[in-house]
Amino acid sequence: MNFWEYLGNRHQQLLTDAYQHASVVFQCMVVATVIGVLIAVVTYSSEWSGNLATTTTATILTVPALALIGLLIPIVGLGVPPTVIALTLYGLLPVVRNAIVGLRGVDPSLVDAATGIGMSRSARLLRIELPLAWPPILTGIRVSTQMLMGIAAIAAYASGPGLGNVIFRGLASLGSANALNQVLAGTLGIIVLALLFDAAYVLIGRLTIPRGIRA
Amino acid sequence: MPESDHGASIELESLTKRFPGGAQPAVDNVSMEIKAGEVVVFVGPSGCGKSTTLKMINRLIEPTGGRIRINGEDVTDMDPVKLRRKVGYAIQSAGLFPHMTVAQNIALVPKMIGWPKTRIKERTEELLDLVGLDPGEFHGRYPRQLSGGQQQRVGVARALAADPPVLLMDEPFGAVDPITRDHLQDELIRLQHELHKTIVFVTHDFDEAIKIGDRIAVLRERSHIAQFDTPEAILTNPADDFVSGFVGAGAALKRLNLTRVRDVEVTDYPTVTIDDPLQQIFNRLRTGGTNEVLLLDRRGRPYKWLRRGDLMRARGSLARAGTLVHDTVTRDATLRDALEAVLTDNAGRVAVTGRRGEYTGVVDMETLINSVHEMLEADRLDAMEHQHELESLRASQTHAEQEGGGVAGVAGLGGERKA
Repeated sequence: MNFWEYLGNRHQQLLTDAYQHASVVFQCMVVATVIGVLIAVVTYSSEWSGNLATTTTATILTVPALALIGLLIPIVGLGVPPTVIALTLYGLLPVVRNAIVGLRGVDPSLVDAATGIGMSRSARLLRIELPLAWPPILTGIRVSTQMLMGIAAIAAYASGPGLGNVIFRGLASLGSANALNQVLAGTLGIIVLALLFDAAYVLIGRLTIPRGIRA
Repeated sequence: MPESDHGASIELESLTKRFPGGAQPAVDNVSMEIKAGEVVVFVGPSGCGKSTTLKMINRLIEPTGGRIRINGEDVTDMDPVKLRRKVGYAIQSAGLFPHMTVAQNIALVPKMIGWPKTRIKERTEELLDLVGLDPGEFHGRYPRQLSGGQQQRVGVARALAADPPVLLMDEPFGAVDPITRDHLQDELIRLQHELHKTIVFVTHDFDEAIKIGDRIAVLRERSHIAQFDTPEAILTNPADDFVSGFVGAGAALKRLNLTRVRDVEVTDYPTVTIDDPLQQIFNRLRTGGTNEVLLLDRRGRPYKWLRRGDLMRARGSLARAGTLVHDTVTRDATLRDALEAVLTDNAGRVAVTGRRGEYTGVVDMETLINSVHEMLEADRLDAMEHQHELESLRASQTHAEQEGGGVAGVAGLGGERKA
């Protein structure tokens, strides 16, 4: 069975896996974005807390994905929970860092002007600072998503959902007829998904970045 | 602090700002009264605390001591967000929000205080018109599509959006080129003529200060008031070396910028019109007391200077006789413009015209010199009087300080507020 025949035979299973892969990455990314931006909003104004937030999330990223998932299994069990927790944690770093950089990068004279014309702190944050910091935040989300695509494959180790299952099955039966096809199909699937997501982000950027600050 | 067309008075009382870690206060015990509808300019070297003083009025910087009263109402402890919505604020390089259109920028404050949509829209168009930008063309543009001068106009429009009685301007024209700046200053003067706001304006450019200010506060380090007086008085009688250093050279010439031709006495000149019979013109030349008459055209505008003998030489032809009037000044021109015209005129006089270009009089060197002398003398007396007032105020303050905290505590002045 060559690769194309394999794809033809198994496309049902592969599509389900791909859908689950995309779905888990997407959902974790939404959660990571919300938490990441919140962390940034709370910490950006002070040097000390901002750096603490960046360092903490960077430290999480240095833990090998396989080890983190392995450590989570005894605590939350197998399947979806360890996958979601691990992906969300890994997704945080680029979002937090870019949001802090973005919020700190807003021209202080604009913040001064916003306060000076009588905006409350929350109005200033929602109407001025976050919209102006949005382009770097979106870049952070994009980087995060690319990273999570790869990491999500490892979730199969904890019986999580996604294309990782196909890859792991292939790796486990190396030498058998379909082993290479399986690994190849899983890997290519992840790449295609990553490209599709990236295209979606370009579109989101077009739609959500105000015309006045679009590069 | 009601909305009003005529500004509100501002009172600063022993205003002090101490930044944490600073050995000396950045602003030290500043007291000042600004009348409603007045333009007061804070001018001083960089770092003298003029900006800090300004920002304490809308409490962008919280004072550590002293009181601020606007229209008699103590705003030192009022909710700063509410206060700022009633005090317009314009800053250097306009501070427009780049992600919002011109109209959205202007509409921010009216939206926050809950104006209905239609009123906001009308107000935006009205303001754009007021600052000299075509509403149809500009309201949908983003700040980066505007020139520096246009951005600054929008910045002023935004500050005026909710019709605040007080306008604070922090070096608003500091970042534009000299020609645009000059233009914006003229526009501001015109606006103020219509609006009568109370404007506090910060600059380090003394020429800008004399052009714009009704009164100027020359500040030295820690925002100490070196002199607080009309531009005329400061130019004529600087309080000390610091102020005269700031005034710079050519104070008398700068003084000429502050007086208009209509404020000085113009001399009347014998005139004839182009339709008068020649005989009458000859009579005028003979009996006029001067050896020259001014020939006016049919609409009463200065046309030619006619000397005795000119008509003879031109054999009685008015078309060929005399010298054409090549330069006139309007009644609204500054004395400096008039001086310029008199200096370049070969006979040392210039015709003054009214609104439609009609003749109203003549200014010559002698009138100029006389009126300048009178002006300077009057200024000097005024300045000495004001200086005396400032000194007695300062003396009573020093006295109060020497009496110790008791006085301050009882009167509620100058006491440090809780940190």
